Amino acid sequence: MTPLLSVSGVSRRFRGLIAVDKASFDLAAGEIYAVIGPNGAGKTTLFNMIAGMLAPDEGTIAFRGQRIDGMPADAVCRLGIGRTFQIVRPFPALSVEDNVVVGALLHRADVAAARRHARDVLAKLDLFDKRAVTAAALTLPDRKRLEVARALATDPKLLLLDEVMAGLVPTETDRMVEILRGVNREMGVTILLIEHVMRAVMALAGRVLVLHHGARIAQGTPQEIVRDPKVITSYLGAEAAF
Amino acid sequence: MKALWGAMTSRGKLLLAVLVVVLLAPPFAVNRYLLSVLTLILYFVYVGQAWNLMMGYAGQLSLGHALYVGLGGYVAAALWVHFGIGPWLGLFPAVAVAAAFGAAIGWLGFRFGIEGVYFALLTIAFAEFTRIGFDHIAFTGGAGGLFLPYEEKRLGEWWNLRGGQHFFYYLAFVLASAGVLLTALLSRARLGFQWLAIREDEIAAQALGIDVFRVKMKAVLISSGMTAVGGVFYAFYNNSLFPAQVFDMGRSIELILAPIVGGLGTIFGPVIGAFILTPLGEVLIAATERLGVNAPGVKALFFGLTLMIIISLVPTGVWPWIARRLELTKR
Repeated sequence: MTPLLSVSGVSRRFRGLIAVDKASFDLAAGEIYAVIGPNGAGKTTLFNMIAGMLAPDEGTIAFRGQRIDGMPADAVCRLGIGRTFQIVRPFPALSVEDNVVVGALLHRADVAAARRHARDVLAKLDLFDKRAVTAAALTLPDRKRLEVARALATDPKLLLLDEVMAGLVPTETDRMVEILRGVNREMGVTILLIEHVMRAVMALAGRVLVLHHGARIAQGTPQEIVRDPKVITSYLGAEAAF
Repeated sequence: MKALWGAMTSRGKLLLAVLVVVLLAPPFAVNRYLLSVLTLILYFVYVGQAWNLMMGYAGQLSLGHALYVGLGGYVAAALWVHFGIGPWLGLFPAVAVAAAFGAAIGWLGFRFGIEGVYFALLTIAFAEFTRIGFDHIAFTGGAGGLFLPYEEKRLGEWWNLRGGQHFFYYLAFVLASAGVLLTALLSRARLGFQWLAIREDEIAAQALGIDVFRVKMKAVLISSGMTAVGGVFYAFYNNSLFPAQVFDMGRSIELILAPIVGGLGTIFGPVIGAFILTPLGEVLIAATERLGVNAPGVKALFFGLTLMIIISLVPTGVWPWIARRLELTKR
């Protein structure tokens, strides 16, 4: 069976700096896969290459068997990959609902149908009661949820989440984990997440990829990862307090 | 259409109905001068609305919209003067030529990532070189201007836009209404949401599958084509066109003031803006003349001051403020 997403030998340099160094991994449909690593490990660069914001210098990325490396971001989204931004980018002057309607309109020409879908998604993300508020007025945790809602409204097969837990308190993190699990199980959306919050990674991910200086240093289940000496020295050791 | 109606409160509906009735009456109620002012207001509602679609909704700043007024006017007028082709037919090439210029500007700007003020400079540049170009086109009378002949026998040929003041008033009313309706429909359609998305955040819009280039091109094409229709009206109403006048930068600025003062990205902003600014200009002319202070620039000075006061009092425009106050639209 072809994997849903296949990243093979992907590299990207910025001037002399190698941000991502021959990264390879496959994602099966239905799984939750986490990419972790210290700051500057190349996680977001890898992410941006999958989402079409950056073209890889070498290597290939295929989604459902189709090459997507170098494809513009909007085309990647239309194929069924939704994404969030680490630094949230809501449409500030629009209401929460209209933010999500924009996403829902991707595969729905009719605004009324898009609005119905947007409301369903908002309800899932606990944002239904805030739907009439302008996005600019939301708190950070709500904005993070809005990012997810908007991406989810595009009916993705694969959802790329860039640090959606950052800045959330533990109870909010647990709620987000619960929501994402629901998205994965009930809606059948495969999830690729970049995350620093190990509490969330441990609870959510089936498999974890650890990047360091752009290269893979480990891959496995969360339990295997946290016991891996290489991972502990390069990443977890420094943040063992978590 | 039904959804539009539904979005208004009953008070809003009543006010709109009253406004329409009031605007149908003037030809029977007011003198020629007032009627000409009202015609001008409605003209500015229409072209302001065309600009509002591009700037207020899609967020693309054009400071050269006089280009499309001029092109639309010149094409239709030249076809009429030289070949006797009536304006209803001439409208199509007029719109096509203006939209082609819009497409060229849009393609250059959007393909090569010229954004914001730099894009605005590009629009100014196009308007300016077109003005200079028209100074030298003998076919359209060059700098000396193009005149639509006054022919006694054609008076009343409304189908050739050879009507009187009453006719032009109603024509302006139809244009303004159509402009408002089109904006209302577009703002509630998929395209309207896509425009708002790219206005707010292009990168986020792209990540939601929106083809930013295409959506921006639609904005500039619709806006330029729509403005050209206003140009045809302008040409046949004034019966003369001079490059130095129609393509002037001042004309582009004049055209964008109503939507800015009234409220960018709102349906009724350009309407209320035009109803404030055009009469204000006329009142200032009358007042400075009456007071005997009609030194050059006095009118502009007071006009500028008034604008500053309005904008500092209601920075998001007069219409959003009124709509909130009177509860005219549903939250």
